[in-house]
Amino acid sequence: MNSSYDVVVIGGGPAGVAAAVAAEKSGARVFLIEREARLGGILKQCIHDGFGLLRFGEKLSGPEYVERYIDMLSGTGIAVSVLTFVTGIKKLTDDGYAISIVNREGASTIITKSIVIATGCRERTAKQVFIHGTRPAGVFTAGNAQYYVNILGKMPTKKCVILGSGDIGLIMARRLTLEGAVVEGVYEVKNSPSGLTRNIVQCLHDFNIPLHLSHTVTRVFGESRLTAVEICKVNEKMQPIKGTERIVDCDALILSVGLIPENEVVYDLNIPIDPKTKGLVVDQSFMTDMKGIFSCGNALHVNDLVDYVSEGAEIAGKNAAEYIMAERKLIKLDAQKNILYIVPQQLDISDAAKLCDVKLYFRSSEDFDNAVLTIDVDGKEFFKKKYAHLRPPEMESLNIDFSNCGLKADSKISFDISRRTK
Amino acid sequence: MIEMVCIVCPNGCLLQVEGATENLTVSGARCPRGKTYAFSELTNPTRSLTTTVKTAFPDSPVLPVRTDGEIPKEKIFDAMKFINSLTINSRIKRGGIVVENIVDTGINIISTSDILIRI
Repeated sequence: MNSSYDVVVIGGGPAGVAAAVAAEKSGARVFLIEREARLGGILKQCIHDGFGLLRFGEKLSGPEYVERYIDMLSGTGIAVSVLTFVTGIKKLTDDGYAISIVNREGASTIITKSIVIATGCRERTAKQVFIHGTRPAGVFTAGNAQYYVNILGKMPTKKCVILGSGDIGLIMARRLTLEGAVVEGVYEVKNSPSGLTRNIVQCLHDFNIPLHLSHTVTRVFGESRLTAVEICKVNEKMQPIKGTERIVDCDALILSVGLIPENEVVYDLNIPIDPKTKGLVVDQSFMTDMKGIFSCGNALHVNDLVDYVSEGAEIAGKNAAEYIMAERKLIKLDAQKNILYIVPQQLDISDAAKLCDVKLYFRSSEDFDNAVLTIDVDGKEFFKKKYAHLRPPEMESLNIDFSNCGLKADSKISFDISRRTK
Repeated sequence: MIEMVCIVCPNGCLLQVEGATENLTVSGARCPRGKTYAFSELTNPTRSLTTTVKTAFPDSPVLPVRTDGEIPKEKIFDAMKFINSLTINSRIKRGGIVVENIVDTGINIISTSDILIRI
């Protein structure tokens, strides 16, 4: 079976579903591909609440949030194919792409003008954090443990240690405690937590779970099953300090040590990747350096709120539908040293209408109190905004009108943060 | 003065709270909900509870649920104990009530997914 669509969305999580709905609304014939049996992505297992405060003004659980978007698919002409894998994407000579897929009906090819990559992200695993010792059962990523508890209804541990203070780790500390497990402690190699402050409060403080900053797990013990881990203090270079070793008996080590955007599906196309976000480089319509290929959601950069994922995905979906072969004129958005990253990384200045309301997302590179964000265009201050606090784990978003600042092909737009002097 | 982090929304404002409970001064909040939170936190701390309930259906062994409001913090483990004693036998919809008036709090436990009817 070969068929053709205007927009193919790869990934049926919150980003993919929102992008598909937005693309269809803008008049495109849309095909949505999901490799799992059910749409919803990671939110299927994120049963905790706090989703949707910005989007719906309500505190929803993950399934509730994503099912509201899935409900929007019914009555549309969007073709949805679950249990479907993308095995390759080829660029056609006349603008367009051929996507090879495999599902229960066999292998087939989809021809499309535009693709939205909404493949989400993956968790860093034990192999990526270099822990010594044996290789027993009982080492889980936080998302893996979450799948056991919230989807399968099985407890992966009676007493565990959590390494890393990412939000999923904090959420799992609470979840496992509620279900009767003992969480001996959360250990973070850095000197500040990576998760949101409110999660430190409501997931750890509420349940008297200790958070040990500047600590890491250096070794695991156990043959068939984990029996203990070795904990060490670390110095300012995050190197373990000899003599501070402590053994903690437990049956599981749960890792919450970061997320990496997943873009394997487009590796063969050699689209430029931002080394900071680990996602594809995009302009304000979320188009990558390869014409007709868009990226959104956690595949683009890891978001801390799904509300931002939906918002970005809707922009990507709409633009994928409106995509025409017009020549783009891209200029780079320059992040100075106090900015960890900005998404989009570049601006398409070919169409003034697309400069009026540019959505920008950024993170600071360190903690700032009383800070000022400034945007300079060609050396002149163009925009500034004051912030009481800026922290790397808390993403900020802005809407900027770039239509009246005389952008030219060789313009320089530079972003920086400075401390406000009182 | 007491400092606390407001957990109402992802902003996580750092609140400085002064005075007795009937006459609180709260600074540091970016919205009025901060003061309400500080008052409740000092008098009767409450939390929403999200968890799962066992089902009789092998295709979805657990159903995600939550409280439809907040319950007193000290009743969380009582609520968990009750919820974990249940098995759901009917294909209940998202938003449907799973437990009425959980552990006498006046708050219901509701389903947060259509997982049982979508399969």
